Amino acid sequence: MPLTQDLLRLATIGSVDDGKSTLIGRLLVDTRQLFDDQLDAVAAASRQRGVGDLDLSFVTDGLRAERDQGITIDVAYRYAATPTRKFIIADCPGHVQYTANMATGASTADLALVVLDVAHGLKEQTRRHLCIAALLGVRSLVVAVNKMDTVNWSAAAFASVVDEVETIAGELAFASLTTIPVAALWGDNVVEPSGRSPWYTGPTVLEALEQSDANAWTTTDGGTRLPVQWVLRQPGGGRTYAGMVNGGALREGDLVTLLPANVTTRVTALHSPTGPLDQVDPGLSVDVALADDTGAGRGDMLAGNPLPTVTREFSATVCWFGERPLDPAQRLRLKHTTRVTPARVTRLEGVVDIATLAVHEADQLTTNDIGLVTVTTADDLVVDDYRDNRVTGSFVLIDDVTNATIAAGMIGHAAFL
Amino acid sequence: MTTTPLRPRHRLDHLDLLESHAIFILREVAAECSRPVLLFSGGKDSAVLLHLAVKAFAPQRVPFPVLHVDTGQNFPEVLAYRDEVTSALGVRLLVARVQDSIDRGRVSDPGPLGSRNRLQSVTLLDAITEHGFDAAFGGARRDEDKARAKERVLSFRDTFGQWDPRRQRPELWQLYQGRVNPGEHLRAFPLSDWTELDVWQYIERERMSLPAIYFSHERDVVRRDGMWLAIGPFVQPRADETVERRRVRFRTVGDANCTGAVDSEAASLAAIIHEISLANVSERGATRADDRFSETAMEDRKREGYF
Repeated sequence: MPLTQDLLRLATIGSVDDGKSTLIGRLLVDTRQLFDDQLDAVAAASRQRGVGDLDLSFVTDGLRAERDQGITIDVAYRYAATPTRKFIIADCPGHVQYTANMATGASTADLALVVLDVAHGLKEQTRRHLCIAALLGVRSLVVAVNKMDTVNWSAAAFASVVDEVETIAGELAFASLTTIPVAALWGDNVVEPSGRSPWYTGPTVLEALEQSDANAWTTTDGGTRLPVQWVLRQPGGGRTYAGMVNGGALREGDLVTLLPANVTTRVTALHSPTGPLDQVDPGLSVDVALADDTGAGRGDMLAGNPLPTVTREFSATVCWFGERPLDPAQRLRLKHTTRVTPARVTRLEGVVDIATLAVHEADQLTTNDIGLVTVTTADDLVVDDYRDNRVTGSFVLIDDVTNATIAAGMIGHAAFL
Repeated sequence: MTTTPLRPRHRLDHLDLLESHAIFILREVAAECSRPVLLFSGGKDSAVLLHLAVKAFAPQRVPFPVLHVDTGQNFPEVLAYRDEVTSALGVRLLVARVQDSIDRGRVSDPGPLGSRNRLQSVTLLDAITEHGFDAAFGGARRDEDKARAKERVLSFRDTFGQWDPRRQRPELWQLYQGRVNPGEHLRAFPLSDWTELDVWQYIERERMSLPAIYFSHERDVVRRDGMWLAIGPFVQPRADETVERRRVRFRTVGDANCTGAVDSEAASLAAIIHEISLANVSERGATRADDRFSETAMEDRKREGYF
């Protein structure tokens, strides 16, 4: 196996019982990613619970409560590799009460693998998850129209679900869409092309995953950003600034602006985990030496052009996970890049109706709602619109007393809202 | 900064991305928590973790100590490696001994040949309380076990040290959120997304040293529970067992009495990478008696505060 594999992160999306976990189980079994003892354990657990000889959903539903109830509660991460690509698969739960877990899995995904039951089409829960995936900036969809065996592999039934999917994918402005008729239980069109769908000539699920854009998560053609994580003291004096580069490449000799202080200086050296480099790409952890002593510290940002915005108030789209509704008076903590600041959600501008994507005025934002809000912070933040940069455009809200993460926020609003 | 010649820009491969992500997590937790500690067993995963911690903070020293939870049932090669590596890297080594927990009556003595595997959780949690640690880095990987596959990178533990898999914090993007109240703590797993193969490829790329027992060698073993157990102070042949001399190596490192060896001729990193690319049994399935108690052995131990 060559060492130059790239990395694709994907999240599964779909409603309860449409077969997400079964599809992932099938994908792992048919690409021989599972070891014999793991398969034996799945078979033993299946027989013990009387659900047949091999319940493929048990490959990812690893918690006792999940197997007892036959559902997915939290994200399971599984790994697969082909000669050119490594896959990190987040198998996400479908139930509405576990939406926060689904968002956890989808927030770092390059691609969403959507699983639908051909007999039921697009359920409300799938619409909700597609909407969240679109808000989170997932650009590519691979849609497995599952359980084709239950409709005798009817091309017309497939086409009708594809129509629905194309409509919503258009509304949510996904950049690419591949639809595939499958029977995950039997493996048709998952890894091997099926003889039961002669009318289908497109890729299998595995082929679609191998052909899609990797590293789509990372913005690579915008302004360079380096949120400072840690200041390193160098022997003989001097300091370097450690963090992960995002937005665009950082080069030795680049002019960068330290924000929010607004001091411009030059990069004199770049040190990566594998040694000094003259250029580092987004996704690499580095430490940076600067021409001037800027007094930079954790929470500050080094930025290239076009520069981000320095602000203490901004509009954002939030997914609310808190058990209690949003309270504009509640003092929260907000984490954005490497900076944590006291914050309040000062205004609820509206709540998104998942079915129509319309934004309604509302006086409450409750668990699993998506809202448009105004956020006010105690300290300056250095931000980009989420559509331009997923790192500098995202934040989480933290309950000041319990320390629970109660909301995920994206700066600005998606065009489809 | 050094004057080493610059390397040409190259396409980032999966090891570059995994390495940078792990370093990012190490720096975030070190910055947000007041008393972190790195759990170090001398096994390959914690060796990689320590290697990454050194990189994350170079040229400064690693800004937190290293804790070994010592069951007293170790392979001597692993203890020697532990002492050599921590001293060469200049990190502060703390040792928490299960024997001390037994002597203080915190846990009951399973006897000289009994497993101390499950007792470690008590020793670990006591050490965390005693030193006031609010974060403990571990080398656990999600591909190791179905319960670990469910765990967050930053995993919250309540004042009893318990993991509640039904109430995990949302963890979006790379916004790792490390706030805890007094008495609570976090487990942080920078190698979450690494597979066994990634770990070995990285060890080879970085030319890291490892305990000798990972490489093929001759050893007296007995067949027990479908595994080769090495004869030594903690494993003695039972009446119905025959001692054999075989060429083996260890795929994981745990206690000497619950870690099995595998037949292997792999004496180099390249040979090990080749061997595990072809393996049809998982590393824990092949070698760990401690995972075989029940279907949810790992979940049950994790709930109690295990690694």
